[in-house]
Amino acid sequence: MGFGEEDPDAARSNMLLAVKLGILSETMLFGALFAAYFVIRSESPGWPPVAGFERPALLLPGLDMVLLVASSGTMLWTVRSARSGDRSGIRRWIGLTLLLGVIFIIIQGFEFATNGFGLDAGTFGSTFYVLTGFHGAHVLAGLGLMAIVVRRANRGLVSAEHHTIVEATSYYWYFVAAAGVFLFATLYVL
Amino acid sequence: MRALKPGLVRAVVGAAIGAVIGAGSLILAGIVGMEITDGEILGLGYLLALIGFLFGIGAFRFWLTWAVGREVNIEEEHAAHGTAGDWRRYFLFTTDHKVIGVQYLATAFTLFLVAGSAAMLMRFELAQPGLVLGKEAYNEIFSTHGAMMITVALISIVGGLGNYLVPIMIGARDMAFPKTNALSYWLLPLPILLVAINPLLGGFDSGWTAYPPLSQQANLGQQAYLMAFVTVGVASILSAINFLVTVFRMRASGMSLMRMPIFVWALTVTSVLGLVATSVVAGAFTMLLFDRVLGTSFFRASRGGDVILFQHLFWFYSHPAVYIMGLPGLGAILEIVPVFARKPLFAYPLAVLSFISIGVLSFMVWAHHMFVSGMATFFHIPIMFTTELISVPTGIVFLSALGTIWMGRLHFKVPMLWVFGFIWAFLIGGITGVFLADVPTDLTLHDTYFVVAHFHYTIVGGAIFGLFAGTYYWFPKITGRMYSERLGKLHFWWFTLAFNATFLPMFWLGIEGMRRRVADYSPQLGGVNLWVSFAAFNIFLSVAVFVFNIVRSWRRGPQAEANPWRAQTLEWQTASPPPIQNFDHIPTVSSGPYEYGGGLGVPAEGRATP
Repeated sequence: MGFGEEDPDAARSNMLLAVKLGILSETMLFGALFAAYFVIRSESPGWPPVAGFERPALLLPGLDMVLLVASSGTMLWTVRSARSGDRSGIRRWIGLTLLLGVIFIIIQGFEFATNGFGLDAGTFGSTFYVLTGFHGAHVLAGLGLMAIVVRRANRGLVSAEHHTIVEATSYYWYFVAAAGVFLFATLYVL
Repeated sequence: MRALKPGLVRAVVGAAIGAVIGAGSLILAGIVGMEITDGEILGLGYLLALIGFLFGIGAFRFWLTWAVGREVNIEEEHAAHGTAGDWRRYFLFTTDHKVIGVQYLATAFTLFLVAGSAAMLMRFELAQPGLVLGKEAYNEIFSTHGAMMITVALISIVGGLGNYLVPIMIGARDMAFPKTNALSYWLLPLPILLVAINPLLGGFDSGWTAYPPLSQQANLGQQAYLMAFVTVGVASILSAINFLVTVFRMRASGMSLMRMPIFVWALTVTSVLGLVATSVVAGAFTMLLFDRVLGTSFFRASRGGDVILFQHLFWFYSHPAVYIMGLPGLGAILEIVPVFARKPLFAYPLAVLSFISIGVLSFMVWAHHMFVSGMATFFHIPIMFTTELISVPTGIVFLSALGTIWMGRLHFKVPMLWVFGFIWAFLIGGITGVFLADVPTDLTLHDTYFVVAHFHYTIVGGAIFGLFAGTYYWFPKITGRMYSERLGKLHFWWFTLAFNATFLPMFWLGIEGMRRRVADYSPQLGGVNLWVSFAAFNIFLSVAVFVFNIVRSWRRGPQAEANPWRAQTLEWQTASPPPIQNFDHIPTVSSGPYEYGGGLGVPAEGRATP
């Protein structure tokens, strides 16, 4: 006797709907963080509000954004390979996406270590680190999902018929990339 | 060897190991000479304890097997669904939505009793002017009462009745994600325990709203509350996603959206609210936690932060949250009325539309909690307008109940009595809400007992009357036994009279200027307060009748038929209690849920063809 959803097609569309709903909820989370940022910034005499702080340079985070957008592209190719059942393609593209994500995290960690201000540096440090930190945590979660895809693909469990995990991961990853671009535009450029 | 299987014992061991690793490593770091605060120790200890608890209960075992690409043991997965009649499944990571529903109900009623006891302590303090328990103790007691009762209102109908009934009402075998469903439940015990043992950490005295700066300065108990709140928030987001996917994808054939029982509609809108709003407050509470633990300054005015910002973020969730508490109750009421009036639900499509409009509007009214906070004044009038606008769809839901009762063949069974109790209480709650929505009157009445009375008339009137109505109505379905009608009537009359005797005078106390959240008051209000305390103790006693009735009827009540109320919705077309797979054959639905009119005693044949 089966419980829950047994039909693989229905289970797949259920899972993808759940991921979309989860992304809606995540969007509201980032909405709250952005709202806090804009309210606090609009009430500050200048930005950064305290003299002596410099906004971080654009070079490293700009490079990070390029990596993030590029990784969305490789993620798209992962999904295409999965749909057509190209097993070596899946492994190649998901591996590349994972690699780009890891480099992203390393660069972000380096940036955090060399910024010269900390989490307790007033509202500037608070908003900067909490917004980028939340995003970084989401990137890490995405890397975790990708590691699962890699593992299952290596075991031959990802195919043209069974690749819900790939699609779910890709939805999530596009969201993380989009949030990253917004963050970059807000925290570094604007 | 039993103890080594996934289960409560292993969960407790896991939580202990997590707590020791988390707190212990930081304590060691402190001994070595690093600067470690108590807040950090509590934070990491709690986080790892929660993870250890979930691992111990077995929440992740199937997902982990799947993630590393190993074959999931189908037999074990089916065993996790539980065996009918086995009481142990209620204490395990069981994926059956009916078991999870009962787990939620039991948890909610236990919390209800604990939080109710806290209310009795409050009324003990307030019975006479002067101090008995002391100001600090009073603050901690009312904060705990608030936090726990909010949890009861949030989880009891959605988590309890909703989990049990929604899949059956739409003709599904289970929720869309049974394991996630069990995870949402098992996320709750630890945070609830943390709030319950709060006094050991110094208690928290900010009330459930946790406004900074007080909540930034208060002691560790405050941090425990914030962490517990965020955990419950994560659980309700997961459960909201699960409900929405279930409702939109798992309906039996023929069950179109406009044939769904109104209770399912109410929970659908509730889930949307929970999904969209909860992460905002989780974000706000996380920022507040960071302010306390990591030294950020989001809400620290002294360092450029903004205190009002917290209130905006908090109420952006917490106003929709009163609808998350209220709508399921309204849904249960509307579900019950047609059955005991033997008439179709009046204006069903309009009631659905009203639920949706309440959901949309509830995101545009949050700042009416903040008229005296010092927020931008241009915001006052628009918010006053939208707040009064929301009474229109709420009124339509009300009319839907009244229109169904009108000219119906009424049967005054216990669930129907609670419907009438609801109509009276919610009417008073709604009318007094107008005075709090109006800026000029709110400026006077804010933070007085008028607000306390209004809030209890809406939330007890909406959520708790709905919960009692629903619990009596579905009791035969869930337990397979009938409750005692006489004890149920006694509970209803005792509770309703005591409830009104408690909270009606509070409107007057508020107008007289008695401040809420203060342990003492002017001596001339002593007489009325003594009366209120006396009435409040009666509420508690009446609930004891309810508990006695439920426990005794569950053990020894007469067997219930499959459909004792001659109702037409799907949950009554299967056995009481339903078999473990809900239906022997998934039904095909060929008409709406409330096509009554054939007179009493004519069973609803032909509606659901098995």
